[in-house]
Amino acid sequence: MIHPYIPHTDEDRARMLEALGLSSIDRLFEVVGEELLLEDPVPIAHGRTEEEVRRMIDSIARRNIRGIPFLGGGSYDRIIPSTVQALSSLPSFVTAYTPYQAEMSQGLLQAIFEFQSMVCEITSMDIANASLYDGSHAIVEAALLMVNAKRGAKRVLVSATIHPFALEALQTWVLGAGYELEMIPEKDGVADLAGLDIADDVGGLIVQSPNRYGFIEDYDGIAELLHEHKALLAISADPLSLAIQRTPGQWGADIAVGDTQSLGLGLAFGGPACGYMAVKRPLLRRIPGRLVGMTTDGEGRRGFTLTLQAREQHIKRERATSNICSNQALAALMTTIHLSSLGWSGMVEAAGQSYAKAHYLAHHLGRIPGLEVPDAHPFWCEFPLVFQDANHLETFLRELRNEGIFAGVRLSTLTRKDTDESVLLVAVTEKRSREELDLYIRTARRVMG
Amino acid sequence: MIEPLLIEKSVKGRLAYRLPPLDLPETFVRELEPLPAHLRREGSARLPEVSELDVVRHFTRLSKMVHGVDDGMYPLGSCTMKYNPKLGEEVARMAQFTRIHPLQDVSTVQGCLSVIHSLLEDLSAITGMSWGSLQPCAGSHGEYTGLKMIRAYFLKQGDRRRTKVLIPVSAHGTNPASAAVNGFDVVEVASNRKGLVDLADLKSKLSDEVAALMLTNPNTLGLFEEDILEISEAVHEAGALLYYDGANLNAIMGKARPGDMGFDVLHLNLHKTFSTPHGGGGPGSGPVMVNDLLRPFLPKPDIIPQEEGYAFDWDRPDSIGKVSMFWGNFLVYLRAYVYILRMGGEGLRAAAGHAVLNANYLAKKLAPYYEIPYTSGIMHEFVISVKNYKERYGVTAEDFAKALIDEGYHPPTVYFPLIVDEALMIEPTESESPESLDAFIEAMIRIAEKAKRDPASLKKAPVSTPVGRLDQVKAVKDAKVRY
Repeated sequence: MIHPYIPHTDEDRARMLEALGLSSIDRLFEVVGEELLLEDPVPIAHGRTEEEVRRMIDSIARRNIRGIPFLGGGSYDRIIPSTVQALSSLPSFVTAYTPYQAEMSQGLLQAIFEFQSMVCEITSMDIANASLYDGSHAIVEAALLMVNAKRGAKRVLVSATIHPFALEALQTWVLGAGYELEMIPEKDGVADLAGLDIADDVGGLIVQSPNRYGFIEDYDGIAELLHEHKALLAISADPLSLAIQRTPGQWGADIAVGDTQSLGLGLAFGGPACGYMAVKRPLLRRIPGRLVGMTTDGEGRRGFTLTLQAREQHIKRERATSNICSNQALAALMTTIHLSSLGWSGMVEAAGQSYAKAHYLAHHLGRIPGLEVPDAHPFWCEFPLVFQDANHLETFLRELRNEGIFAGVRLSTLTRKDTDESVLLVAVTEKRSREELDLYIRTARRVMG
Repeated sequence: MIEPLLIEKSVKGRLAYRLPPLDLPETFVRELEPLPAHLRREGSARLPEVSELDVVRHFTRLSKMVHGVDDGMYPLGSCTMKYNPKLGEEVARMAQFTRIHPLQDVSTVQGCLSVIHSLLEDLSAITGMSWGSLQPCAGSHGEYTGLKMIRAYFLKQGDRRRTKVLIPVSAHGTNPASAAVNGFDVVEVASNRKGLVDLADLKSKLSDEVAALMLTNPNTLGLFEEDILEISEAVHEAGALLYYDGANLNAIMGKARPGDMGFDVLHLNLHKTFSTPHGGGGPGSGPVMVNDLLRPFLPKPDIIPQEEGYAFDWDRPDSIGKVSMFWGNFLVYLRAYVYILRMGGEGLRAAAGHAVLNANYLAKKLAPYYEIPYTSGIMHEFVISVKNYKERYGVTAEDFAKALIDEGYHPPTVYFPLIVDEALMIEPTESESPESLDAFIEAMIRIAEKAKRDPASLKKAPVSTPVGRLDQVKAVKDAKVRY
């Protein structure tokens, strides 16, 4: 016995090698060639027992420090029902592969079907896929879909108010890929869509609401304008916000994207998150990634299977709609369990409480001299707190940390721009208690006073 | 056993969860203005209204209609369905990781950053590369990232002619798809009689228009590309780069290193080789690793050691930029880190050795019953062809797969690689004991006999599952993909 993860005893090895007519396992590696075979194990630490690793990880984990997070910027600390962890940890879900063998994977396929349905319901769209990596990836896939869906499309219009990291992921995608991004500037913190000019080679427009500052944007008439030029509209949205704000479908969007992090996934240092994409029916054959469909077996029994696979890389290779293979299935399952537990009333309650609590904090912070909460546009659960003197921000963060509060995300952390150094993004979810809010306000008054 | 959709069990007014009541001052709540009407959602979403127990039973029942590695052997070729240690699950549930925000001040996430840095050090040592990035969330995301770096490298040289990527016909579908997403033209390279890259064909296709050759080694037939050093030399001589698809690294992990073979960039599938669970199709983790040549182009930020602790390094002018929202699938690669700590250098080597031993043992025992078109130098997996059964008895690879389901096994990968007719690709991994291999062999022999004796019975398989074979044509035609 070599290791608990390798069951072979000396006798096992001897018996198997005898069956193969070989003297040692090394013989099986001769084909690699002496030049390439390593004489010694690779230079990493020796294997440890489970208990030793547990202890080691414990001490590493202690170097992470937790606080009361008023942090957002694309990841939010929300209430998650106990069912999510318990049920998504069921070992058959956790240790299965992609459900290529439908008869043996009905449970997983059905759960994905329910996920797709819920995403459609929440976004008011027709077709949702089985998940993408994260919100930034969903935006990249939306851009790819746009340039592929329209003949001669070479450019994608992108609002300057989408999440800075998602914008960076888009810029990575266009690098040498033969496409161009054209930035739609912002005005007072929202996309400036007046006088939108849509050339023939534009595949579509990508916007985000709540946007990078937390503001809710107005897309009245935008879809119609794009459609006149055969271009598509993609709206990126935190899906929980759609319990309150007008949905991508209701704005007439062709593509809805985002991340279900706010629906049951937790913080997890940013991953796994779970990208989603939902489209209107005409884009059925263009949506990237896996799709589960309902069908019947030979006896007429209802069943679920991966379908429309002719879009995908394992069939179409270089002509596939995307290169995605593995997605975020288990995270999508967590979102499905979360939504099954919360129901619509729970979603509305969580989104509504976030709105109320964020506005409570904004209301009180905005009245402190030296701080400003811009009020040109409505927001949902996250808002920019502007410091008249950027130098105060460092002290502010430190003093609140001393009270156990992570006060917000510096905008400059996301944009790495000096001009954003005076702005703190503050996120408030339904999970923050009145006590925590009041502690934040009291400490802020003290620090600024 | 058919489990209804949860929405079909929905009863108006039933609750599975209740949030704490809003605890703000009443006057504030009363005076709070809602979102302006024109920005508000119209109507509701149809979600289930059920009790907590309804939710629990629903998903518990669904989980019983799924076969995972924990349920039984899963010899799915090229997917390395090895045992996923429970310690990894325990660690990935620790609040000190799950409740850490990705944008916390860097001084408060030193534990996470040390995991990233240590894991990259270990992966560099294991692959023989100089550094990497953990941002890619899956294998094909790693391919996308690696090819993007190749693109950036040539752009930096001012070389815009290199628009082609060479890919063997036996490659995974993600390879050509990732090349296409990056705007490359795909050129196929033929396989020779032994199932390896046809050197003459490769050399005839190399030119100053080729950016890279993507190679899986061992390849998807489970065979080691024994001419790899000559391939590497030819590719580099043509000024192109060599990309390693790490899907099959389990065969040589700790025994040989892609870096020593001359690869310039590679991706790993931590959810295969490094034992993180597949989760029903993800989340995975597909780190990219590079040599010194491509290191400046890695995604940003890098994680660098300071006098005390670690910091993010964004100051990387040649970086291709970000490829994921934050820092990749942290809880996934955390599990891989735990696996590497458990195994150590000797353990990884032993895992590869036993994976190869198991595959060769299976191949040897199945050879009297099944045709194995490529047998020379089998590593961690092999491909059988049931073409002869199809010709004589009308039984296809799919029929064999479905019959295995009734024997309690997840079937091997079918109809892949494309260069073998009626292919079944079998990868046992090192996790299976000889007893478990023997039981699988017996099942395969039973099915082979049935195929000859009573082929019609295989056409009806599976019969032990909640549903039989599904109508795929109807699924496509109806395209019913939501409730």
